[in-house]
Amino acid sequence: MMTDGLAPQTWLHRVPAGVKLAALALLSVLLVPVLDWRILAGVLAIIAMVYAGFGRVGMTRLSLLRPVLPLLVIVGGVQAASGGWNSGAVVTMRLLAMLLLADVVSMTTTMSALMEVLTPVLRLLRPLGVNPRKMALAVALVLRLVPVLLTQWRAREEAWKARSGRRVPPRLVAVFVADILQLADHVAEALDARGFDRSAADHHSSPL
Amino acid sequence: MESRAIVRIALLAAVIAALGMVPSIVLPIAMGVPITAQTLGVMLAGIILGPRHGALAVLLFLFVVLLGVPLLSGGRGGLGVLFGPSVGFLLGWVPAAFMTGLMMARLRTLPVFPAALVAAITGGIVVEYAFGILGVMAMARMSLPQALVASAVFVPGDLLKALATAFVAEASHRSYPAAIVSRS
Repeated sequence: MMTDGLAPQTWLHRVPAGVKLAALALLSVLLVPVLDWRILAGVLAIIAMVYAGFGRVGMTRLSLLRPVLPLLVIVGGVQAASGGWNSGAVVTMRLLAMLLLADVVSMTTTMSALMEVLTPVLRLLRPLGVNPRKMALAVALVLRLVPVLLTQWRAREEAWKARSGRRVPPRLVAVFVADILQLADHVAEALDARGFDRSAADHHSSPL
Repeated sequence: MESRAIVRIALLAAVIAALGMVPSIVLPIAMGVPITAQTLGVMLAGIILGPRHGALAVLLFLFVVLLGVPLLSGGRGGLGVLFGPSVGFLLGWVPAAFMTGLMMARLRTLPVFPAALVAAITGGIVVEYAFGILGVMAMARMSLPQALVASAVFVPGDLLKALATAFVAEASHRSYPAAIVSRS
């Protein structure tokens, strides 16, 4: 997400972040009750046109989703086994559509724009002890950390399999958890080194 | 709140999200309440961060999900998740993480593994199911015995998750002593 600001500007970059977030929330509600795969196919076709409209940048972004594909197949397969082919197709297509939609928003919205849009919403919660700046940082961190966790885990899994050819042992998970906690503590040190704690405290020093 | 706490809260919220990428199984007998690995992350959040910050990590995760990011298992997200039969189990994650953290802090004299196991079962199963069953009764219009039977299917899976949580807590505590807040 940090690099998104460097990407070429598209028409969606100029749409305010708040509008895009609201549209994403609305679309996710609208897509949930859809049980007809043909409607979802239509939605996917529209999303594909949006990506195509971005040209080469959009296509590059799509290829980043390739690691998700086996997962989609597994999810669809499991759903199909327990609820029939239609349910499998619907779940897979909805998943793909929502992933692509969320990705469009993160692709065309910078982190600072996201924080800006969330700040006034969270300011309403200040009487409850919520610090909007810290809350916005936390949300941005979650969105940034999910792909980091997935990539790092996949790398370790591959390294283990390449060396042993056996299944990943639970111990590897535990070491991973310890390592990402250390990573988090380093991120916090980096934030403090850049003066985040002081600048956040400027807006009344209330806890999160 | 210091930066370290904020980043750790965000990290555990991201762990819950990443666990949602493990495919879930929807059992028809339980009225479409999906089995998910994400409760493992909820239990871990309570154990690692303690009651208050653990509950905040879950709240943060739910906040991001309600914003429309498809991070719940099965790729669900958005305000729509508030209208399913599993909404009680979902919102119950907040008190579940809180209770898990509370128990973990109370059992400070026990070794990490048994303390984490008891904490995960109390928070992640007892408290979680109390809220979940209320939710099923409200959303699926079931009586208490019906809701109990329907929810009981998930107990073996959740016991396994509690065991896995305790194992991960113990092993990560050993390789990074600052991992668990109440033990560092």
